[in-house]
Amino acid sequence: MTQLLLFNVFNGLIIGAFYALMALGLSLILNLSGVINFAHGGFLAIGGYLAYTLMPYLGFWGALLLAPILTGFIGILVEGVLIRRLYGRDPLYSLLLTFGLAFMIEDGTRFIWGAQSLPFQIPDWLNTPLSSEFFFLTGYRVFMVVLAAVVVLGLFLILNFTRLGIRIRAGTLDLETVSVLGVNVRVLRNLNFGLGIYLAGLAGVLAVGMLGLQPTVGDSLIMPSFIAIIVGGLGSLPGTLAGGLLIGLASGITSVYFPSASEAVIYVMMAAVLIVRPRGLLGEEGRF
Amino acid sequence: MLKLDKRAGDVLVWLLLLTAPFWMTHVGSYVELGSRVLVYALAAMALNFLLGYTGVLSFGHAAYFGLAAYGTALTIKLLYPSTPVGMLVGILVGTVAAAVIGPMIARLRGIYFAMCTIAFGQVFYFIAFQWFSLTHGDDGVSAWHRVPIDLGVASLDILNDSKSFYYFVLAVFAASVGLMAFLLRSPFGRTLLAIRENERRARFLGIPVDRHIWMSWVISCFFVSVAGTLYALLNDFVDPRAVRWDQSGMFVIMAVLGGMRSFWGPLIGAAIFIVFEDYLSSHTENWESFIGLFFVIIVLFFPRGVLGIIRRKAMT
Repeated sequence: MTQLLLFNVFNGLIIGAFYALMALGLSLILNLSGVINFAHGGFLAIGGYLAYTLMPYLGFWGALLLAPILTGFIGILVEGVLIRRLYGRDPLYSLLLTFGLAFMIEDGTRFIWGAQSLPFQIPDWLNTPLSSEFFFLTGYRVFMVVLAAVVVLGLFLILNFTRLGIRIRAGTLDLETVSVLGVNVRVLRNLNFGLGIYLAGLAGVLAVGMLGLQPTVGDSLIMPSFIAIIVGGLGSLPGTLAGGLLIGLASGITSVYFPSASEAVIYVMMAAVLIVRPRGLLGEEGRF
Repeated sequence: MLKLDKRAGDVLVWLLLLTAPFWMTHVGSYVELGSRVLVYALAAMALNFLLGYTGVLSFGHAAYFGLAAYGTALTIKLLYPSTPVGMLVGILVGTVAAAVIGPMIARLRGIYFAMCTIAFGQVFYFIAFQWFSLTHGDDGVSAWHRVPIDLGVASLDILNDSKSFYYFVLAVFAASVGLMAFLLRSPFGRTLLAIRENERRARFLGIPVDRHIWMSWVISCFFVSVAGTLYALLNDFVDPRAVRWDQSGMFVIMAVLGGMRSFWGPLIGAAIFIVFEDYLSSHTENWESFIGLFFVIIVLFFPRGVLGIIRRKAMT
């Protein structure tokens, strides 16, 4: 029983790490640009497929490094060509635009790479269990959690100690003032969008190692990521991180006792948060 | 002059809808497509009650649409084979669900409201998907069909005669739209407009804004439930796609495409969208890409919608 519980807690942690990576990217974009990026799951799939395509040439590590960066560049391009035009307009329009983009990306990946699930080979030594007693602790799973932790740590270091990061945080609070102080807000939002999409791409590469590759791979991750943001509190990145881990763990633990409720529990958590504390766990009062 | 135009517009809309089964087949279409347009038009107009007239964006209306569709399908299949009873149950299920969820989101605004409606909508998708013993999951509820309606003196064969079914849908559509227009013209409807125009001022005037938004939400979901029951009857089948978030997006794009600040806008949007989708799905495998592109083009180039453009042209 302890083993089963541990297994599911660990599983929940992994899923929570995915939710957190996705939700942090969504949150970055939402906070600075006021755009809910429906196409985030699509960008996750792009990350996975790019890694699949790059693997034969660069190996697993090269693909892991390069595919998210390329995805981030695609994000920068999309922001520059499409999303940028909608800033300052009713959020309705950016929602509809990214909604259309999600359709196009899903169909596009299906067109390029096919609808069938593709195999994604991770190095053998990463795939072996670390201990015979805790069979579920394969190297890859531990690796995913560690990498996600490193990336999140890196993100918070960037946000706190680099000029770009500080400007992003300042812009989240008051974009107009940041602009008046001489920061090029266009570039800032552009880079910030790229950063968010980079996180989606990275989550994509990691996810396909576990879930396999198909055009709809992002679908099961995007809704919980929204909920992670709502639970954690809009406008707060630490809140988003906590929200992602929390709902991941909650659904992991629930699957021990009520397997069929493991999906429902995150919605129950969302409802509870909205009733008790509508701004979310770490959200600011009155921001949204 | 403008008032006359409006009345002429109303007459034109009703004339076109009443005669549709007779001219649709001559322009290379079929009667079921007309019924489909009406169902989606009602859904989009229901959404627009909230979006266009209260100024609140819901991206989760498919949940109540789908819930009503499931309610109707399951009632007719398992409980009692009667079309009106099935419809009543469906409408009730959808509306009650919306009324329960409403208080949790009525306090939220703007993008936060939209996000929570999406997330709550997805709850019902998962239920429809996972409660296999009742809904048959991904396979959907099949092996049932709408039942001819017994009017006492005569029976309306909506099952086999597509024209009868069209007029049945039109009658429900007309009753719903009439009620909607009545509500919008009432003091309550004017209050909703006031909230849309300036929420803070409305609050200062003593209007309980959150309660009005909740009421508008429930009314809007009531109408979308009506559309949902018609959807189930139209297809004689329901599956989880009726509940999914992309369905919600369709309602929103129809309202925007037609013009969300006008009463008939969503009807026009639904007609264009459904005909376009019907054409695409029979001509290309990659219709999803084109639908996506369609969204992008509308947002970038026609954000005011068809009626918005016409109105603007008429003013200049």
